[in-house]
Amino acid sequence: MAQLDYVAPSTAEEAVRALAAGGPAKVLAGGTDLLVQMRSGRVKPDRIVDLKRIPGLIGIRQEAGGFVIGAATPGAVIGEHAALAKAWPGVVEAVNLIGSTQVQGRASLAGNLCNASPAADSVPAIIAARAIAVIIGPAGRREVPVEAIAVSPGTTSLGTDEFVLEIRLPPRPARSGDAYLRSIPRTEMDIAVVGAGVSLTLDAAGVITAADVALGAVAPTALLVPEAGAAIIGSALDEAALDRLDAAARAACRPISDKRGTAEFRTKIAGVLARRAATIAYQRASEA
Amino acid sequence: MSKRAHISTTVNGDPVEFLTDPSATLLDVLRDELQLTGAKEGCGSGDCGACSVTLDGRLVCSCLVLAVETEGRRVETIEGMADGGELHPLQRKFLEHAALQCGFCTPGLLVSAKALLDANPDPTETEARYWLAGNLCRCTGYDKIIRAVMDAAAELRQARRVA
Ligand SMILES: Cc1cc2nc3c(=O)[nH]c(=O)nc-3n(C[C@H](O)[C@H](O)[C@H](O)COP(=O)(O)OP(=O)(O)OC[C@H]3O[C@@H](n4cnc5c(N)ncnc54)[C@H](O)[C@@H]3O)c2cc1C
Ligand code: FES
Ligand code: FES
Repeated sequence: MAQLDYVAPSTAEEAVRALAAGGPAKVLAGGTDLLVQMRSGRVKPDRIVDLKRIPGLIGIRQEAGGFVIGAATPGAVIGEHAALAKAWPGVVEAVNLIGSTQVQGRASLAGNLCNASPAADSVPAIIAARAIAVIIGPAGRREVPVEAIAVSPGTTSLGTDEFVLEIRLPPRPARSGDAYLRSIPRTEMDIAVVGAGVSLTLDAAGVITAADVALGAVAPTALLVPEAGAAIIGSALDEAALDRLDAAARAACRPISDKRGTAEFRTKIAGVLARRAATIAYQRASEA
Repeated sequence: MSKRAHISTTVNGDPVEFLTDPSATLLDVLRDELQLTGAKEGCGSGDCGACSVTLDGRLVCSCLVLAVETEGRRVETIEGMADGGELHPLQRKFLEHAALQCGFCTPGLLVSAKALLDANPDPTETEARYWLAGNLCRCTGYDKIIRAVMDAAAELRQARRVA
């Protein structure tokens, strides 16, 4: 890293220019993935573009009934936002599962997304929330659903001179709830073997009118599973609906086997976690 | 050679300036440039917490912060914890409860525990254990550490009531 250049631009446009200025460049948010990867020699940027001095990149605002989370906002700040935690408890619990207190002091939602690990904890939750990533590059801004960011482990669909400016969570209808669960071998500080995020909305009679289900760590990228959402729409989450959800979640899995779990185990757990997350989301929606 | 950056920051309340390679971590600079060797490098990858400091009041691993990021920021380390010759109640309780053996994890645990009590003066034991889960200790088995933290928290609450 002898030639490393560090810049901390004060506008997003300046950051785009710095990314495009030649030589491999990397965006820095909390550094909890990037600095580990640089130290191990896996990533060797010539230039680091720190996003944290750009106004708005750290912070949460309410806009048009939804929430806008600045790309570099650390997990600890997200966890302290009472209105966000009330509207999107599943997203907030997923973000707060990332690492230790120390990691929470730095780790961002957009960094978790753009690191493109299939096991990233916040990603199934924001996919189920139908969140949008606002991307900025030389041609200006564009918006994509968050599930379109990761394309394979460690690779994103972003151009080398683009970065995520903010993550938008849509307005929440009445009687909506979400939840995220992961399975790890320990109770803290480990990587998800499977993660499941569910977001749903009920009518006044408790019938599900909208449902989105996403799974992590069971394929090269986190997956939106429309069949799993469709399996519970129109139901009051009775046992038959849960069985359909379980089956649809399992059918979407294309996992690997590794030391954390076999493909068969991951597939089974994906169904179980989808059921449990849906049950919690349903409970939250009934109380919302 | 890469360009060295000139950084002005605040460490334990004192203005500090240093020159650094942009790839150096805050931990490198604290230990090697500023001779503040309380923060330790256990892993260099965010797993052990021996390098814990606060940055603008947030608990972080200094091995996962670039020194150049601290320009104009506020860094607090274990060296700023005692008040002159008087130990912080957490430091005193760690000694009383024998909450350390080799001591390698201790500065990080004290900084983390102080951040906990600053944010939550009355944590449950479970809350304290989760908060400190990013601070690994190879020696004590953690129980004495938790006793010391809970005892210090009680003493600090008592002191606050009296004051
Ligand atoms: C001890 C430890 C425990 C961890 N535990 C967990 C865990 O339990 N669950 C989990 O999911 N992860 C975990 N992680 C991984 C990591 O903390 C998360 O992925 C975190 O959210 C990354 O965010 P960051 O802001 O630190 O990203 P950075 O390290 O700053 O960046 C990560 C990557 O994304 C790119 N990037 C960052 N921001 C943007 C942006 N706005 N636009 C485009 N690209 C961007 C960077 O260039 C880099 O390639 C852990 C890490 C450590 C060190
Ligand atoms: S040295 Fe920083 S966490 Fe281990
Ligand atoms: S006392 Fe030795 S590591 Fe904790």
